[in-house]
Amino acid sequence: MKLFFELLLFFLAIFSEAGALAQTPVIVGSKKFTESVVLGEVARQMLIQNNVPAKHIAEFGGTSILWNALLAGNIDVYPEYTSTIEEELLKHKHKDLSDLQQNLAKMGIGATAKLGFNNTYALGMKKTRAAQLGISKISDLSRFRELKLGWSEEFLQRRDGWPGLKEKYGLYQTQVRGIDHDVAYRALQTEDIDLMDLYSTDAEIQYYDLLILQDNLNYFPRYDALYLYRLATAEREPKLREILNQFVGKITETEMINMNRRAKVDKVASEEVAATFLREKFFIDTNQKAAGRTERLLARTKEHLKLVLFSLFFAILVAVPLGIIAEKKTGLGRLILWVTGGIQTIPSLALLVILIKPLNIIGLTGIGDTPAFIALFLYSLLPIVRGAHTGFQQIPLALRETSEVIGLSFKARLFRIDLPLALPTILSGIKTAAVMNVGFATLGALVGAGGYGQPILTGIRLDDYSLILEGAVPSAILALAVQQLFDFSEKFLVSPGLRK
Amino acid sequence: MIKIAGISKSFGSTIVLSDLSFDVPDGSTTALLGLSGSGKTTLLKLVCGLHFPDAGEISISNEVLQSGNLDALRKKMGYVIQDGGLFPHLTAYANLAIVGEEVGFSKSDIVKRIQELAELTKISGTVLSRYPREISGGQKQRIGIMRALFLDPPILLLDEPFGALDPITRSQLQSDLKEIFRKMRKTVLLVTHDLFEAGFLAERILLLNHGQIAQAGTLRELIEKPADDFVKLFVSSHHLIMESSI
Repeated sequence: MKLFFELLLFFLAIFSEAGALAQTPVIVGSKKFTESVVLGEVARQMLIQNNVPAKHIAEFGGTSILWNALLAGNIDVYPEYTSTIEEELLKHKHKDLSDLQQNLAKMGIGATAKLGFNNTYALGMKKTRAAQLGISKISDLSRFRELKLGWSEEFLQRRDGWPGLKEKYGLYQTQVRGIDHDVAYRALQTEDIDLMDLYSTDAEIQYYDLLILQDNLNYFPRYDALYLYRLATAEREPKLREILNQFVGKITETEMINMNRRAKVDKVASEEVAATFLREKFFIDTNQKAAGRTERLLARTKEHLKLVLFSLFFAILVAVPLGIIAEKKTGLGRLILWVTGGIQTIPSLALLVILIKPLNIIGLTGIGDTPAFIALFLYSLLPIVRGAHTGFQQIPLALRETSEVIGLSFKARLFRIDLPLALPTILSGIKTAAVMNVGFATLGALVGAGGYGQPILTGIRLDDYSLILEGAVPSAILALAVQQLFDFSEKFLVSPGLRK
Repeated sequence: MIKIAGISKSFGSTIVLSDLSFDVPDGSTTALLGLSGSGKTTLLKLVCGLHFPDAGEISISNEVLQSGNLDALRKKMGYVIQDGGLFPHLTAYANLAIVGEEVGFSKSDIVKRIQELAELTKISGTVLSRYPREISGGQKQRIGIMRALFLDPPILLLDEPFGALDPITRSQLQSDLKEIFRKMRKTVLLVTHDLFEAGFLAERILLLNHGQIAQAGTLRELIEKPADDFVKLFVSSHHLIMESSI
């Protein structure tokens, strides 16, 4: 019992620390592509430089996730593009920027003026393939029905993406698939796809020497970069607006392509790319070097362990009693097993995103540790409930009857007879949940909870296998370690009388 | 005294006991004898309140057994099942001590009581520190009996206590038990399917058949004056084994 309270205090301490951190700083978000991550990092470092505490939740998701997170106050700042706001978010054309800013202000959102560069959509092909087919402009595409198109998920869905393009140019290709933007570059090289959507400032255009098809009907509008921020945050942090405005008109297209190239092709960490830019352009030394591998690993391990242990601890508190109740009350038991089993069938990716709304409604932040913790907690329930249920079911009837007849109280029967007898099965349920959790927790990075998923996510974005391994290997090792730890602890927790 | 009056019990559509009545007088031993499925174990479970009868009453020392007084009446009973019913995760010692701890015995009282009982049931101290899986069937059974006797209840309920034992261990334990019953004047209800075991331990035998008493009496009465064909068959099958073995 004492141990239990000590554990509880330990977890509460970790949680309150996390809670305190999540409260104060300005949270900068960025989308899941390099340019957005670099711009997010630039903003974070500039804020820190001006003594405004800031945190960057990198590669957090697509446009709608970032926008909704901004509206809900889960993040305070993120880089966005003019036409994305008009076409995709507000679904309304504005006559100029101040008109747009006024409209945004009604929703509690502020926008800086344009940062200086235009990152429009474009379509790219391998030059050899284009020459072979004789394609140089988008209208040429209508002659080739069988082309394989690999669009990023956003481009596939967005009004200013494929649906509008198809209509404008009268395209009718059927082999269209959604593919991760970074993976698309590789697919283009291997000719798994013929055509992909590009951002005009992508460093890979030079690197892979791609042909950009001429937009001969002027379909793609301008995508001028700017920062969006919450007006409420600007109130709380009066310096915020001024700091972000320092970038207005200061980032040229060449500079952005260079930064993208360094991050993407030269594989320099985004922290360092941002720091170099600030040093060269603003003569500011932010002293932001990317953390070393060991340092990174330690930080990721801490985040990962926090997610796994915390969720597991609460899952045990809830699921063991549920499993016991399920065994004692058949009807209710069926419901409990059905619900916990049902949760298990929700794809983890979906669950994390589904959780954002309800969490916001009850006043919690929909990103970071909280949704990851809740998702892991929910997934842990089934194996533990099942373990407890089966463990209790397996107690021989004769022993249960004996414990009753020899006069043991309900409490004594539960804690001194039934639980110790069911313990091996309960522990194996907890072990399953823990090992699964270590793997699931890598998905936490998708909602900004960090952990081993972060290097995996960055590794995919940068096409960097060593980074992917930096997340995948420790995660596998941790899973094995957790398994060993449970096997070992069984020796102490389970009575020697129950060993086979 | 245990008084059974007009007991009936069914599980679903299966009638297990129908309108059964008998007494177990203080300080005497009664054996419930019968084939498997005859209802003898169900009857024992009704007496210790694990099931409740559909009709009829069970009284312990003139008190009708109800859910309200179950805990109090159970303090007057010791309960032993086949294999001793020991908890596998507790040592033999802990299996005994838990009974004392539940009623607030001090540590030294528990030690003292276990020493007395070990002497009575001829159990050595080394056995007490072992787990059930590490000790023999006969020893397990003796520990089970020690546990049943722990609070010195006037009544003992035994369900096939010798079922899993080899013949030598069995006959030793039977003699030892008989002596304990007599010496301590326990009121005993014993379930068995062995005619001679019943005859050896009990003053009176109740032979059950399909939930009813086929015959009540001593071993001699059952052998010499069987009440019906079933009793005759039951008795002669035991004889047959003896005779054909000689």
